Amino acid sequence: MKRAKRRISSLLSHVFLIATSLVMIAPFLWMISTALKGESEIYMYPPRWLPNELHWENFIRAWRTMPFGRFYINSIVVTTIITVNQVFTAALAGYAFARLEFPGRDTIFYMYLATMMVPGQVTMLPLFLLMDRLGWIDTYQGLTVPFLTSVFATFFLRQFFASIPRELEDVARIDGCGRLRFLWQIMLPLSRPALGAITLFTFLGHWDDYLWPLVITNSTHMRTLPIGLRFFVEESGTQYHYMMAAALITLAPVLALFFAAQRQFIKGIALTGLKG
Amino acid sequence: MTLITKRQLFRWRAISELVRYLRHPLRRRELLAGLMFIAPSFLTLLFFVILPVVSAFLLSFSEWEVLSKDRTFIGLGNYIDLLTKPELWKVIHNTLYFSMLKIPLDMALSLAIALLLNRKLRGLALYRTAYFMPVISSVVAVSAIWRWIYNPYFGLANALLKLIGLPPQTWLSDPKLAMPAVVLVALWKGLGYDVVIYLAGLQNIPVVYNEAAQIDGANGWQRFWYVTWPLLSPVTYFVLIMSVINAFQVFAQIHVMTPEGGPLGSTEVMGFYIYRLAFREYHFGRAAAAAFILFAIVVTLTALQRRFIEPRVHYE
Repeated sequence: MKRAKRRISSLLSHVFLIATSLVMIAPFLWMISTALKGESEIYMYPPRWLPNELHWENFIRAWRTMPFGRFYINSIVVTTIITVNQVFTAALAGYAFARLEFPGRDTIFYMYLATMMVPGQVTMLPLFLLMDRLGWIDTYQGLTVPFLTSVFATFFLRQFFASIPRELEDVARIDGCGRLRFLWQIMLPLSRPALGAITLFTFLGHWDDYLWPLVITNSTHMRTLPIGLRFFVEESGTQYHYMMAAALITLAPVLALFFAAQRQFIKGIALTGLKG
Repeated sequence: MTLITKRQLFRWRAISELVRYLRHPLRRRELLAGLMFIAPSFLTLLFFVILPVVSAFLLSFSEWEVLSKDRTFIGLGNYIDLLTKPELWKVIHNTLYFSMLKIPLDMALSLAIALLLNRKLRGLALYRTAYFMPVISSVVAVSAIWRWIYNPYFGLANALLKLIGLPPQTWLSDPKLAMPAVVLVALWKGLGYDVVIYLAGLQNIPVVYNEAAQIDGANGWQRFWYVTWPLLSPVTYFVLIMSVINAFQVFAQIHVMTPEGGPLGSTEVMGFYIYRLAFREYHFGRAAAAAFILFAIVVTLTALQRRFIEPRVHYE
Protein backbone atom coordinates (compact mmCIF):
# COMPACT_ATOMS: atom_id res chain seq x y z
CA MET A 1 0.00 0.00 0.00
CA LYS A 2 2.63 2.45 1.06
CA ARG A 3 4.82 1.37 -1.81
CA ALA A 4 2.03 1.89 -4.32
CA LYS A 5 1.39 5.34 -2.91
CA ARG A 6 5.00 6.27 -3.27
CA ARG A 7 5.06 5.02 -6.82
CA ILE A 8 2.06 7.12 -7.76
CA SER A 9 3.54 10.25 -6.21
CA SER A 10 6.81 9.66 -8.03
CA LEU A 11 4.91 9.18 -11.28
CA LEU A 12 3.00 12.42 -10.75
CA SER A 13 6.26 14.22 -10.03
CA HIS A 14 7.70 13.00 -13.29
CA VAL A 15 4.61 14.07 -15.22
CA PHE A 16 4.88 17.57 -13.78
CA LEU A 17 8.62 17.79 -14.38
CA ILE A 18 8.38 16.49 -17.93
CA ALA A 19 5.57 18.89 -18.78
CA THR A 20 7.47 21.92 -17.47
CA SER A 21 10.73 20.75 -19.07
CA LEU A 22 8.97 20.51 -22.43
CA VAL A 23 7.77 24.09 -22.07
CA MET A 24 11.38 25.07 -21.43
CA ILE A 25 12.79 23.28 -24.45
CA ALA A 26 10.01 23.70 -27.02
CA PRO A 27 10.86 27.33 -27.96
CA PHE A 28 14.45 26.26 -28.76
CA LEU A 29 13.25 23.41 -30.97
CA TRP A 30 10.82 25.80 -32.62
CA MET A 31 13.68 28.20 -33.31
CA ILE A 32 15.77 25.46 -34.93
CA SER A 33 12.84 24.21 -36.97
CA THR A 34 11.95 27.71 -38.22
CA ALA A 35 15.57 28.53 -38.99
CA LEU A 36 15.66 25.61 -41.42
CA LYS A 37 12.37 26.31 -43.18
CA GLY A 38 11.74 27.98 -46.52
CA GLU A 39 9.86 31.24 -46.79
CA SER A 40 6.55 29.65 -47.85
CA GLU A 41 6.69 27.10 -45.08
CA ILE A 42 6.89 29.48 -42.16
CA TYR A 43 3.52 30.98 -43.11
CA MET A 44 1.78 27.63 -43.03
CA TYR A 45 -1.09 27.13 -40.66
CA PRO A 46 -1.30 25.04 -38.59
CA PRO A 47 2.47 25.16 -38.16
CA ARG A 48 4.56 22.06 -38.67
CA TRP A 49 7.49 21.05 -36.50
CA LEU A 50 9.57 19.38 -39.20
CA PRO A 51 10.59 21.34 -42.29
CA ASN A 52 9.86 19.74 -45.65
CA GLU A 53 13.38 20.37 -46.84
CA LEU A 54 16.29 21.85 -44.99
CA HIS A 55 17.18 25.40 -45.99
CA TRP A 56 20.71 25.73 -44.67
CA GLU A 57 21.18 28.82 -46.82
CA ASN A 58 19.12 30.77 -44.25
CA PHE A 59 22.19 30.86 -42.04
CA ILE A 60 24.38 32.15 -44.85
CA ARG A 61 21.81 34.80 -45.70
CA ALA A 62 21.58 35.91 -42.06
CA TRP A 63 25.35 35.92 -41.64
CA ARG A 64 25.76 38.04 -44.78
CA THR A 65 23.05 40.53 -43.84
CA MET A 66 24.90 41.66 -40.75
CA PRO A 67 28.54 41.27 -39.65
CA PHE A 68 27.93 38.64 -36.97
CA GLY A 69 31.63 37.74 -36.99
CA ARG A 70 32.44 41.28 -35.98
CA PHE A 71 29.70 41.21 -33.30
CA TYR A 72 31.29 38.07 -31.91
CA ILE A 73 34.73 39.66 -31.78
CA ASN A 74 33.30 42.75 -30.07
CA SER A 75 31.43 40.70 -27.51
CA ILE A 76 34.45 38.53 -26.76
CA VAL A 77 36.81 41.49 -26.42
CA VAL A 78 34.44 43.55 -24.27
CA THR A 79 33.33 40.71 -22.01
CA THR A 80 36.87 39.44 -21.50
CA ILE A 81 38.21 42.88 -20.55
CA ILE A 82 35.35 43.39 -18.12
CA THR A 83 35.60 39.93 -16.56
CA VAL A 84 39.37 39.93 -16.08
CA ASN A 85 39.30 43.38 -14.51
CA GLN A 86 36.36 42.65 -12.28
CA VAL A 87 37.82 39.46 -10.89
CA PHE A 88 41.22 41.10 -10.42
CA THR A 89 39.98 44.23 -8.61
CA ALA A 90 37.41 42.23 -6.65
CA ALA A 91 40.05 39.76 -5.45
CA LEU A 92 42.26 42.58 -4.18
CA ALA A 93 39.45 44.45 -2.48
CA GLY A 94 37.78 41.28 -1.23
CA TYR A 95 41.03 40.27 0.44
CA ALA A 96 41.36 43.65 2.14
CA PHE A 97 37.78 43.52 3.39
CA ALA A 98 38.17 39.97 4.64
CA ARG A 99 41.60 40.08 6.20
CA LEU A 100 43.11 43.51 6.77
CA GLU A 101 42.13 45.58 9.76
CA PHE A 102 42.14 49.28 9.30
CA PRO A 103 39.93 52.17 10.40
CA GLY A 104 37.02 52.85 8.05
CA ARG A 105 37.06 49.39 6.54
CA ASP A 106 33.52 48.46 7.45
CA THR A 107 32.16 51.87 6.53
CA ILE A 108 33.66 51.55 3.07
CA PHE A 109 32.33 48.02 2.78
CA TYR A 110 28.79 49.09 3.62
CA MET A 111 29.10 51.85 1.06
CA TYR A 112 30.06 49.19 -1.49
CA LEU A 113 27.00 47.14 -0.63
CA ALA A 114 24.74 50.19 -0.84
CA THR A 115 25.80 50.84 -4.43
CA MET A 116 24.35 47.46 -5.41
CA MET A 117 20.90 49.00 -5.20
CA VAL A 118 21.67 51.77 -7.69
CA PRO A 119 19.74 51.03 -10.89
CA GLY A 120 21.73 51.13 -14.11
CA GLN A 121 19.28 53.73 -15.35
CA VAL A 122 20.55 56.25 -12.78
CA THR A 123 24.24 56.10 -13.64
CA MET A 124 23.62 55.58 -17.35
CA LEU A 125 22.79 59.25 -17.98
CA PRO A 126 25.85 60.96 -16.47
CA LEU A 127 28.08 58.17 -17.75
CA PHE A 128 26.79 58.76 -21.25
CA LEU A 129 27.58 62.47 -20.94
CA LEU A 130 31.02 61.67 -19.52
CA MET A 131 31.80 59.26 -22.35
CA ASP A 132 30.62 61.88 -24.81
CA ARG A 133 33.01 64.42 -23.35
CA LEU A 134 35.88 61.91 -23.39
CA GLY A 135 35.09 61.05 -26.99
CA TRP A 136 34.55 57.43 -25.99
CA ILE A 137 31.12 56.90 -27.52
CA ASP A 138 31.23 54.02 -29.97
CA THR A 139 34.59 52.75 -28.67
CA TYR A 140 35.81 49.76 -26.66
CA GLN A 141 36.73 52.13 -23.83
CA GLY A 142 33.17 53.35 -23.71
CA LEU A 143 31.86 49.79 -23.65
CA THR A 144 34.14 48.54 -20.90
CA VAL A 145 35.48 51.28 -18.61
CA PRO A 146 32.29 51.84 -16.56
CA PHE A 147 32.26 48.15 -15.57
CA LEU A 148 35.83 47.47 -14.51
CA THR A 149 34.87 46.56 -10.98
CA SER A 150 32.02 44.69 -9.39
CA VAL A 151 30.62 45.02 -5.91
CA PHE A 152 28.95 41.65 -6.13
CA ALA A 153 32.21 39.92 -7.04
CA THR A 154 34.01 41.76 -4.22
CA PHE A 155 31.37 40.72 -1.73
CA PHE A 156 31.36 37.15 -2.98
CA LEU A 157 35.16 36.75 -2.83
CA ARG A 158 35.29 38.43 0.56
CA GLN A 159 32.87 35.81 1.92
CA PHE A 160 35.00 33.05 0.49
CA PHE A 161 38.33 34.46 1.66
CA ALA A 162 36.92 34.87 5.16
CA SER A 163 36.32 31.11 5.31
CA ILE A 164 40.01 30.30 4.76
CA PRO A 165 41.81 29.70 8.08
CA ARG A 166 43.65 32.73 9.37
CA GLU A 167 46.42 30.60 10.87
CA LEU A 168 47.57 29.82 7.39
CA GLU A 169 48.21 33.46 6.77
CA ASP A 170 49.93 33.96 10.13
CA VAL A 171 52.36 31.15 9.40
CA ALA A 172 53.09 32.46 5.91
CA ARG A 173 53.58 35.98 7.23
CA ILE A 174 56.00 34.83 9.89
CA ASP A 175 57.97 33.09 7.18
CA GLY A 176 58.28 36.45 5.48
CA CYS A 177 55.59 36.13 2.85
CA GLY A 178 54.20 39.49 1.75
CA ARG A 179 50.47 40.13 1.56
CA LEU A 180 50.30 40.33 -2.21
CA ARG A 181 52.32 37.18 -2.57
CA PHE A 182 50.17 35.39 -0.02
CA LEU A 183 47.05 36.40 -1.91
CA TRP A 184 48.50 35.33 -5.23
CA GLN A 185 50.25 32.11 -4.24
CA ILE A 186 48.10 30.72 -1.45
CA MET A 187 44.73 32.44 -1.16
CA LEU A 188 43.78 32.44 -4.83
CA PRO A 189 44.77 28.82 -5.54
CA LEU A 190 42.75 27.77 -2.48
CA SER A 191 39.78 29.76 -3.77
CA ARG A 192 39.74 28.17 -7.19
CA PRO A 193 36.08 27.03 -7.05
CA ALA A 194 34.98 30.51 -6.00
CA LEU A 195 37.13 32.19 -8.64
CA GLY A 196 35.79 29.87 -11.31
CA ALA A 197 32.22 30.50 -10.24
CA ILE A 198 32.52 34.27 -10.15
CA THR A 199 34.39 34.37 -13.46
CA LEU A 200 31.66 32.35 -15.14
CA PHE A 201 28.91 34.40 -13.50
CA THR A 202 30.51 37.68 -14.53
CA PHE A 203 31.20 36.51 -18.05
CA LEU A 204 27.67 35.24 -18.62
CA GLY A 205 26.17 38.38 -17.13
CA HIS A 206 28.14 40.83 -19.24
CA TRP A 207 27.96 38.70 -22.37
CA ASP A 208 24.28 39.51 -22.33
CA ASP A 209 24.55 43.22 -21.39
CA TYR A 210 21.96 45.19 -23.26
CA LEU A 211 21.11 48.68 -22.02
CA TRP A 212 24.59 50.20 -21.90
CA PRO A 213 25.91 48.79 -25.22
CA LEU A 214 22.66 49.92 -26.84
CA VAL A 215 23.20 53.44 -25.61
CA ILE A 216 26.94 53.74 -26.17
CA THR A 217 27.29 52.26 -29.68
CA ASN A 218 26.23 53.99 -32.90
CA SER A 219 27.93 52.21 -35.75
CA THR A 220 27.22 48.66 -36.82
CA HIS A 221 30.83 47.53 -36.46
CA MET A 222 30.97 48.46 -32.73
CA ARG A 223 27.84 46.56 -31.75
CA THR A 224 28.07 43.62 -29.42
CA LEU A 225 26.19 40.42 -30.15
CA PRO A 226 22.94 41.24 -28.31
CA ILE A 227 22.74 44.70 -29.88
CA GLY A 228 23.60 43.36 -33.33
CA LEU A 229 20.90 40.72 -33.05
CA ARG A 230 18.41 43.27 -31.83
CA PHE A 231 18.92 45.39 -34.95
CA PHE A 232 18.68 42.29 -37.08
CA VAL A 233 15.35 41.45 -35.42
CA GLU A 234 14.06 44.98 -36.02
CA GLU A 235 15.04 44.94 -39.66
CA SER A 236 13.98 41.42 -40.57
CA GLY A 237 10.27 42.27 -40.30
CA THR A 238 8.24 39.12 -40.78
CA GLN A 239 11.07 37.03 -42.26
CA TYR A 240 11.06 34.80 -39.25
CA HIS A 241 13.23 32.11 -40.81
CA TYR A 242 16.11 34.59 -41.06
CA MET A 243 15.36 35.95 -37.61
CA MET A 244 15.52 32.48 -36.09
CA ALA A 245 18.67 31.63 -38.05
CA ALA A 246 20.31 34.75 -36.62
CA ALA A 247 19.10 33.92 -33.12
CA LEU A 248 20.57 30.45 -33.46
CA ILE A 249 23.87 31.89 -34.72
CA THR A 250 24.18 33.93 -31.52
CA LEU A 251 22.94 31.16 -29.20
CA ALA A 252 24.73 28.10 -30.54
CA PRO A 253 28.20 28.59 -29.02
CA VAL A 254 26.87 29.45 -25.56
CA LEU A 255 24.53 26.48 -25.58
CA ALA A 256 27.31 24.20 -26.85
CA LEU A 257 29.57 25.40 -24.06
CA PHE A 258 26.81 24.84 -21.57
CA PHE A 259 26.19 21.27 -22.74
CA ALA A 260 29.91 20.54 -22.61
CA ALA A 261 30.39 21.85 -19.08
CA GLN A 262 26.95 21.71 -17.48
CA ARG A 263 28.11 20.47 -14.14
CA GLN A 264 30.53 23.35 -13.68
CA PHE A 265 27.93 25.85 -14.87
CA ILE A 266 25.28 24.75 -12.45
CA LYS A 267 27.65 24.27 -9.53
CA GLY A 268 29.16 27.69 -10.16
CA ILE A 269 25.83 29.46 -10.35
CA ALA A 270 24.56 27.70 -7.24
CA LEU A 271 27.70 28.78 -5.39
CA THR A 272 27.22 32.46 -6.27
CA GLY A 273 23.66 32.26 -5.02
CA LEU A 274 24.51 30.55 -1.74
CA LYS A 275 27.40 32.76 -0.75
CA GLY A 276 25.71 35.90 -1.96
CA MET B 1 33.93 79.23 27.82
CA THR B 2 32.34 77.05 25.21
CA LEU B 3 34.78 77.75 22.45
CA ILE B 4 34.67 74.14 21.42
CA THR B 5 31.22 72.77 20.62
CA LYS B 6 30.22 69.24 21.44
CA ARG B 7 30.41 68.18 17.84
CA GLN B 8 33.89 69.64 17.42
CA LEU B 9 34.96 67.89 20.55
CA PHE B 10 33.61 64.64 19.23
CA ARG B 11 35.35 65.09 15.93
CA TRP B 12 38.57 66.10 17.62
CA ARG B 13 38.39 63.06 19.83
CA ALA B 14 37.82 60.79 16.86
CA ILE B 15 40.82 62.26 15.08
CA SER B 16 43.02 62.01 18.13
CA GLU B 17 41.93 58.43 18.62
CA LEU B 18 42.81 57.69 15.03
CA VAL B 19 46.19 59.33 15.46
CA ARG B 20 46.83 57.28 18.59
CA TYR B 21 45.68 54.14 16.81
CA LEU B 22 48.05 54.83 13.98
CA ARG B 23 51.02 55.56 16.23
CA HIS B 24 51.86 51.90 15.96
CA PRO B 25 53.92 51.35 12.78
CA LEU B 26 52.35 47.95 12.09
CA ARG B 27 48.90 49.51 12.11
CA ARG B 28 50.07 52.24 9.77
CA ARG B 29 51.35 49.63 7.38
CA GLU B 30 48.09 47.72 7.62
CA LEU B 31 46.11 50.87 6.78
CA LEU B 32 48.36 51.61 3.84
CA ALA B 33 48.11 48.03 2.61
CA GLY B 34 44.34 48.10 2.97
CA LEU B 35 43.99 51.31 1.01
CA MET B 36 46.25 50.01 -1.71
CA PHE B 37 44.35 46.75 -2.05
CA ILE B 38 41.06 48.59 -2.25
CA ALA B 39 42.23 51.43 -4.50
CA PRO B 40 41.66 49.87 -7.96
CA SER B 41 38.14 48.83 -7.17
CA PHE B 42 37.33 51.87 -5.05
CA LEU B 43 38.47 54.39 -7.64
CA THR B 44 36.48 52.66 -10.38
CA LEU B 45 33.45 52.63 -8.15
CA LEU B 46 33.97 56.28 -7.25
CA PHE B 47 34.25 57.51 -10.81
CA PHE B 48 31.72 55.25 -12.47
CA VAL B 49 29.07 54.72 -9.82
CA ILE B 50 29.25 57.11 -6.88
CA LEU B 51 30.08 60.35 -8.69
CA PRO B 52 27.60 59.55 -11.50
CA VAL B 53 24.88 59.09 -8.87
CA VAL B 54 25.68 62.55 -7.47
CA SER B 55 25.82 63.98 -10.96
CA ALA B 56 22.52 62.34 -11.93
CA PHE B 57 20.97 63.81 -8.81
CA LEU B 58 22.05 67.32 -9.85
CA LEU B 59 20.92 66.61 -13.39
CA SER B 60 17.45 65.74 -12.14
CA PHE B 61 17.01 69.37 -11.01
CA SER B 62 17.81 70.84 -14.38
CA GLU B 63 16.05 71.23 -17.62
CA TRP B 64 18.27 70.03 -20.35
CA GLU B 65 17.59 68.95 -23.84
CA VAL B 66 20.91 67.53 -24.90
CA LEU B 67 20.69 68.91 -28.40
CA SER B 68 20.23 72.50 -27.17
CA LYS B 69 23.37 72.55 -24.98
CA ASP B 70 22.07 74.94 -22.33
CA ARG B 71 21.18 73.63 -18.99
CA THR B 72 18.97 75.55 -16.57
CA PHE B 73 18.29 74.87 -12.93
CA ILE B 74 14.59 74.35 -12.39
CA GLY B 75 14.54 72.97 -8.85
CA LEU B 76 11.88 70.32 -8.38
CA GLY B 77 10.38 71.10 -11.79
CA ASN B 78 11.10 67.71 -13.31
CA TYR B 79 9.77 65.81 -10.32
CA ILE B 80 6.60 67.91 -10.17
CA ASP B 81 6.11 67.52 -13.89
CA LEU B 82 6.48 63.76 -13.71
CA LEU B 83 4.43 63.21 -10.59
CA THR B 84 1.50 65.37 -11.68
CA LYS B 85 1.09 63.77 -15.10
CA PRO B 86 -0.67 60.42 -15.49
CA GLU B 87 2.12 59.01 -17.68
CA LEU B 88 4.53 58.19 -14.87
CA TRP B 89 1.80 56.63 -12.76
CA LYS B 90 0.83 54.38 -15.59
CA VAL B 91 4.46 53.33 -15.96
CA ILE B 92 4.76 52.66 -12.23
CA HIS B 93 1.54 50.68 -12.40
CA ASN B 94 2.95 48.61 -15.28
CA THR B 95 6.18 47.98 -13.37
CA LEU B 96 4.27 46.83 -10.32
CA TYR B 97 2.01 44.67 -12.47
CA PHE B 98 5.04 43.00 -14.05
CA SER B 99 6.72 42.38 -10.69
CA MET B 100 3.65 41.28 -8.77
CA LEU B 101 2.75 38.80 -11.46
CA LYS B 102 6.24 37.48 -12.04
CA ILE B 103 7.83 37.22 -8.60
CA PRO B 104 5.23 35.12 -6.72
CA LEU B 105 4.72 32.77 -9.67
CA ASP B 106 8.46 32.41 -10.14
CA MET B 107 9.18 31.72 -6.50
CA ALA B 108 6.34 29.23 -6.06
CA LEU B 109 7.11 27.33 -9.25
CA SER B 110 10.86 27.22 -8.77
CA LEU B 111 10.50 26.03 -5.18
CA ALA B 112 8.02 23.35 -6.24
CA ILE B 113 10.33 22.11 -8.97
CA ALA B 114 13.36 22.18 -6.69
CA LEU B 115 11.48 20.17 -4.05
CA LEU B 116 10.56 17.54 -6.62
CA LEU B 117 14.10 17.41 -7.99
CA ASN B 118 15.43 17.03 -4.47
CA ARG B 119 13.57 13.73 -4.09
CA LYS B 120 16.42 12.01 -5.95
CA LEU B 121 14.21 11.13 -8.88
CA ARG B 122 15.70 9.62 -11.95
CA GLY B 123 16.72 12.02 -14.70
CA LEU B 124 17.58 14.87 -12.35
CA ALA B 125 20.45 16.08 -14.54
CA LEU B 126 18.25 16.05 -17.62
CA TYR B 127 15.50 18.11 -16.01
CA ARG B 128 18.01 20.55 -14.59
CA THR B 129 19.51 21.05 -18.03
CA ALA B 130 16.09 21.79 -19.50
CA TYR B 131 15.28 24.39 -16.84
CA PHE B 132 18.67 26.00 -17.12
CA MET B 133 18.81 26.39 -20.90
CA PRO B 134 16.76 29.60 -21.00
CA VAL B 135 18.87 31.05 -18.17
CA ILE B 136 22.13 30.95 -20.08
CA SER B 137 20.54 32.01 -23.36
CA SER B 138 20.81 35.59 -24.53
CA VAL B 139 17.76 37.62 -23.63
CA VAL B 140 17.58 39.18 -27.10
CA ALA B 141 17.61 35.80 -28.82
CA VAL B 142 14.89 34.32 -26.63
CA SER B 143 12.79 37.47 -26.91
CA ALA B 144 13.01 37.12 -30.69
CA ILE B 145 11.90 33.49 -30.48
CA TRP B 146 8.91 34.44 -28.35
CA ARG B 147 7.97 37.28 -30.67
CA TRP B 148 7.67 34.66 -33.35
CA ILE B 149 5.74 32.30 -31.08
CA TYR B 150 3.28 35.12 -30.29
CA ASN B 151 2.77 36.01 -33.95
CA PRO B 152 -1.03 36.44 -34.31
CA TYR B 153 -1.28 34.72 -37.71
CA PHE B 154 1.32 31.97 -37.85
CA GLY B 155 2.56 31.69 -34.29
CA LEU B 156 2.84 28.62 -32.16
CA ALA B 157 0.85 30.11 -29.29
CA ASN B 158 -2.33 30.42 -31.33
CA ALA B 159 -1.86 26.98 -32.84
CA LEU B 160 -1.79 25.66 -29.30
CA LEU B 161 -4.94 27.56 -28.36
CA LYS B 162 -6.68 26.14 -31.39
CA LEU B 163 -5.63 22.65 -30.39
CA ILE B 164 -7.49 22.98 -27.10
CA GLY B 165 -10.43 24.74 -28.74
CA LEU B 166 -9.79 28.35 -27.70
CA PRO B 167 -10.07 31.40 -29.99
CA PRO B 168 -6.82 32.90 -31.33
CA GLN B 169 -5.33 35.96 -29.62
CA THR B 170 -3.24 38.88 -30.83
CA TRP B 171 -0.89 38.57 -27.81
CA LEU B 172 1.67 41.37 -27.93
CA SER B 173 -0.73 43.62 -29.88
CA ASP B 174 -3.49 43.21 -27.33
CA PRO B 175 -3.34 45.88 -24.57
CA LYS B 176 -4.75 43.42 -22.05
CA LEU B 177 -2.63 40.42 -22.98
CA ALA B 178 0.70 42.09 -23.83
CA MET B 179 1.95 42.32 -20.25
CA PRO B 180 0.97 38.78 -19.19
CA ALA B 181 2.61 37.52 -22.40
CA VAL B 182 5.82 39.37 -21.51
CA VAL B 183 5.67 38.09 -17.93
CA LEU B 184 5.32 34.52 -19.16
CA VAL B 185 8.59 34.90 -21.07
CA ALA B 186 10.35 36.50 -18.09
CA LEU B 187 9.12 33.61 -15.97
CA TRP B 188 10.25 31.06 -18.54
CA LYS B 189 13.69 32.65 -18.76
CA GLY B 190 14.34 33.19 -15.06
CA LEU B 191 12.81 30.07 -13.54
CA GLY B 192 15.84 27.81 -13.93
CA TYR B 193 18.13 30.14 -12.03
CA ASP B 194 15.89 30.10 -8.99
CA VAL B 195 15.43 26.34 -9.29
CA VAL B 196 19.20 25.87 -9.11
CA ILE B 197 19.52 28.25 -6.15
CA TYR B 198 16.66 26.56 -4.30
CA LEU B 199 17.98 23.11 -5.09
CA ALA B 200 21.42 24.02 -3.74
CA GLY B 201 19.73 25.42 -0.64
CA LEU B 202 17.74 22.22 -0.16
CA GLN B 203 20.83 20.06 -0.55
CA ASN B 204 22.50 22.12 2.15
CA ILE B 205 19.88 21.13 4.71
CA PRO B 206 21.19 18.16 6.70
CA VAL B 207 19.04 15.08 6.13
CA VAL B 208 18.94 14.30 9.86
CA TYR B 209 16.41 17.08 10.56
CA ASN B 210 13.91 15.61 8.15
CA GLU B 211 14.61 12.09 9.37
CA ALA B 212 14.08 13.11 12.98
CA ALA B 213 10.78 14.74 12.06
CA GLN B 214 9.75 11.63 10.20
CA ILE B 215 10.50 9.41 13.18
CA ASP B 216 8.37 11.73 15.29
CA GLY B 217 5.53 11.01 12.89
CA ALA B 218 5.45 14.21 10.85
CA ASN B 219 3.86 13.82 7.43
CA GLY B 220 5.29 15.29 4.23
CA TRP B 221 3.44 18.58 4.47
CA GLN B 222 4.38 19.05 8.14
CA ARG B 223 8.02 18.27 7.37
CA PHE B 224 8.01 20.90 4.67
CA TRP B 225 6.28 23.53 6.74
CA TYR B 226 8.12 23.06 10.06
CA VAL B 227 11.55 21.85 8.94
CA THR B 228 12.39 22.62 5.31
CA TRP B 229 10.70 26.01 4.90
CA PRO B 230 12.32 27.66 7.97
CA LEU B 231 15.74 26.19 7.15
CA LEU B 232 15.35 27.38 3.58
CA SER B 233 14.33 30.91 4.56
CA PRO B 234 17.76 32.53 3.96
CA VAL B 235 17.63 31.24 0.38
CA THR B 236 14.07 32.44 -0.08
CA TYR B 237 15.05 35.85 1.24
CA PHE B 238 17.99 36.05 -1.17
CA VAL B 239 15.79 35.03 -4.11
CA LEU B 240 13.16 37.59 -3.10
CA ILE B 241 15.61 40.49 -2.75
CA MET B 242 17.27 39.73 -6.08
CA SER B 243 13.92 39.22 -7.83
CA VAL B 244 12.60 42.57 -6.69
CA ILE B 245 15.74 44.45 -7.68
CA ASN B 246 15.79 42.77 -11.10
CA ALA B 247 12.07 43.01 -11.81
CA PHE B 248 11.95 46.75 -11.21
CA GLN B 249 14.80 47.37 -13.62
CA VAL B 250 13.64 45.06 -16.41
CA PHE B 251 14.39 46.53 -19.81
CA ALA B 252 16.06 44.34 -22.44
CA GLN B 253 13.32 41.76 -22.80
CA ILE B 254 10.58 44.38 -23.02
CA HIS B 255 12.57 46.51 -25.44
CA VAL B 256 13.04 43.59 -27.83
CA MET B 257 9.56 42.09 -27.54
CA THR B 258 7.64 45.37 -27.67
CA PRO B 259 9.95 48.03 -29.16
CA GLU B 260 7.30 50.74 -28.80
CA GLY B 261 6.32 49.88 -25.25
CA GLY B 262 3.38 47.72 -26.26
CA PRO B 263 -0.11 48.63 -27.48
CA LEU B 264 -1.30 51.77 -25.66
CA GLY B 265 1.92 51.73 -23.67
CA SER B 266 0.74 48.60 -21.87
CA THR B 267 4.24 47.14 -21.41
CA GLU B 268 6.08 50.38 -20.76
CA VAL B 269 7.90 49.85 -17.44
CA MET B 270 10.19 52.23 -15.54
CA GLY B 271 13.39 51.07 -17.23
CA PHE B 272 11.82 51.56 -20.63
CA TYR B 273 10.35 54.94 -19.76
CA ILE B 274 13.67 56.35 -18.57
CA TYR B 275 15.35 55.12 -21.74
CA ARG B 276 12.64 56.74 -23.87
CA LEU B 277 12.86 60.09 -22.04
CA ALA B 278 16.64 60.20 -22.40
CA PHE B 279 17.43 58.67 -25.75
CA ARG B 280 14.32 59.19 -27.82
CA GLU B 281 13.08 62.51 -26.47
CA TYR B 282 16.46 63.78 -25.23
CA HIS B 283 15.04 65.08 -21.94
CA PHE B 284 18.06 64.16 -19.84
CA GLY B 285 16.96 66.14 -16.80
CA ARG B 286 13.53 64.59 -16.70
CA ALA B 287 14.97 61.14 -17.35
CA ALA B 288 17.31 61.62 -14.37
CA ALA B 289 14.35 62.57 -12.17
CA ALA B 290 12.47 59.45 -13.32
CA ALA B 291 15.58 57.35 -12.63
CA PHE B 292 15.71 58.72 -9.08
CA ILE B 293 12.05 57.92 -8.58
CA LEU B 294 12.88 54.35 -9.62
CA PHE B 295 15.87 54.36 -7.27
CA ALA B 296 13.68 55.57 -4.42
CA ILE B 297 11.16 52.80 -5.07
CA VAL B 298 13.87 50.12 -5.10
CA VAL B 299 15.47 51.45 -1.90
CA THR B 300 12.09 51.65 -0.15
CA LEU B 301 11.16 48.12 -1.13
CA THR B 302 14.52 46.74 -0.04
CA ALA B 303 14.22 48.56 3.28
CA LEU B 304 10.69 47.21 3.77
CA GLN B 305 11.89 43.68 3.11
CA ARG B 306 14.72 44.10 5.61
CA ARG B 307 12.33 45.49 8.18
CA PHE B 308 9.48 43.04 7.80
CA ILE B 309 10.82 39.91 6.19
CA GLU B 310 14.38 39.56 7.40
CA PRO B 311 13.35 39.14 11.07
CA ARG B 312 11.45 36.05 9.99
CA VAL B 313 14.49 34.52 8.32
CA HIS B 314 16.15 31.74 10.31
CA TYR B 315 19.88 31.96 10.17
CA GLU B 316 21.61 28.92 11.61
